[in-house]
Amino acid sequence: MTQTVEAPASLSDEPVRRKPPKRAGRSLSTPRWLYGVMAVGLIVVVIPFIWMVVSSFKPEGEVRAVPPTWWPENVTTENYRHLFTQLDFPRYFLNSAIVAVAVAAGNMVFCSMLGYALAKLDFPGKKVIFALVLGTLMVPGVVTFVPLFVLTTNIGLTNTLPGMILPFLAGPFGVFLMRQFVLSLPDELIQAARVDGAGELRIFFSIILPLCGPAVATLGVLTFLTSWNNFLWPLVVATSEDKYTLPVALALYAVGQNATKYGLLLAGSVVVVIPVLAVFLVLQRRIMQGIAMTGIK
Amino acid sequence: MRRQQAVAAWILALPFVALFLLFTAGPVLASLGMSFTDMRSTDVRGPLGVEFVGLQNYADLIGDPLFRKVTVNTLLYLLLGVPLTMAVALAVAVALNRITRLRGFFRVGYYLPVVTSIVAVSVVWKFLLRDRGGLLNVMLDWVGINGPGYLDSTTWALPSLVAMSVWRNFGTLMVVFLAGLQTVPREIIEAAEADGASAWGRFRYITLPMLRPTLLFGAVITSIGYLQFFEEAFVMTKGGPLDSTKSVTFFAYEQFGYGNYAYASAAAYLLFLAIVVLTFVQFRWLRDKD
Repeated sequence: MTQTVEAPASLSDEPVRRKPPKRAGRSLSTPRWLYGVMAVGLIVVVIPFIWMVVSSFKPEGEVRAVPPTWWPENVTTENYRHLFTQLDFPRYFLNSAIVAVAVAAGNMVFCSMLGYALAKLDFPGKKVIFALVLGTLMVPGVVTFVPLFVLTTNIGLTNTLPGMILPFLAGPFGVFLMRQFVLSLPDELIQAARVDGAGELRIFFSIILPLCGPAVATLGVLTFLTSWNNFLWPLVVATSEDKYTLPVALALYAVGQNATKYGLLLAGSVVVVIPVLAVFLVLQRRIMQGIAMTGIK
Repeated sequence: MRRQQAVAAWILALPFVALFLLFTAGPVLASLGMSFTDMRSTDVRGPLGVEFVGLQNYADLIGDPLFRKVTVNTLLYLLLGVPLTMAVALAVAVALNRITRLRGFFRVGYYLPVVTSIVAVSVVWKFLLRDRGGLLNVMLDWVGINGPGYLDSTTWALPSLVAMSVWRNFGTLMVVFLAGLQTVPREIIEAAEADGASAWGRFRYITLPMLRPTLLFGAVITSIGYLQFFEEAFVMTKGGPLDSTKSVTFFAYEQFGYGNYAYASAAAYLLFLAIVVLTFVQFRWLRDKD
């Protein structure tokens, strides 16, 4: 943003020719056709979801009909009944939900604690911790999954839900988000509390934490979504069917012997996607802010 | 007082630091160490009893035709995916920034794919891209084009996976770019317009330069994402046909499945190295242009 001064200067080299500025409303008004283009683009973006939902209500034979039917000739819930009665989708759904809620809760607690310490407190080792956390932001999951598997096998956590949760309880992303947010809180608040004789931990839990509400909530939603969609580690650590999360179960059905049962797989996709879309649509303002915040700051 | 503060800070930091060392920092180092050994799945209960083999795994990887193939594939994902994702995201962000009504509505709509599970949308796209009866080929048929079986073709499979990823991922960058665009002062744009600068000129010489930090950030996170390409290929093509969609992550996962733990770690570390180098280069490159 340092160029704000330079840019207009070079552009107004010929000051005489400068016309009086037009009305802002007119000069930067929106061309009508742009709305048309945006609408067409939006349709292209959401078609896969619409097609997914519509097709999941077709009987298996109709799903694979060539040419396809646009609207189910026989609306049926047979695919969903199959998922929930013959396959173990309620179990997978529950596993996914437990893991995602636990991961979100853990990040909300641990990241705000460390985020506050990094933003407002002085302590030995602070720089090292910050550098370490910063350094692992770029580490892909594929780098850690083999040693993690060895670790979980030796401490008896392979094929357990805690084994899926623990490695994701302390994520670097959350520390950044929370540190960034706490930095924006005024120091005077903490000084005043100290003068009043409040202990350091008390200051965090009863003054800072309540003020962090919006940031903590954003972090919770974002980590919930990431965990719900997480794939590689659950795929590795869940070795028996009763521990599968939804994406693992769906992926293994899609490449296994059910690969051609499109009706079933699409219904499964609906079960994975729709709860998340619902959460997103309700909380979208908060999520968008969180993403824009981590991107710009 | 100072001491009190340090004690409190460490109490607050401790849970995170303990979990972080055990489940993130530790495995990152262990993975590096493991890549210099001959560890296999049979050593899982006694990981300290393995032999040190130096750089053997890395030498083997370089000589492994499959690893070379997956490296090329991963580069293709990167070189096709990053520019396309950024271009689409930037175009949509500029359009969103321009419209005055329904901005929130369009922004949410375009963002929808990002929140969905890659596995689930891969299942849906596999269905859309079928040779016969797939929605895309049905639509192409209307205009007289006979579309191929995208996922069964060694030529079409990889670009098809990239297309799906662009659709799935551009929303994140769109939001980031839109926030960046809103920091470009309106007065400058209006002044340039008053001076007769064309729409393209205003975009090229004002908006783009001012957006540089945001574009850099976008390029870095998108590149890291494409280098880790995996789920799409796992679900849609199983890495086929003829390994044409297998990525480095896919390779490491497969080697892990075969029990070659050390070999998988070495492959993963090369990928990690690529991510670090690429991030560094992008920062240098975009900084230098200032």
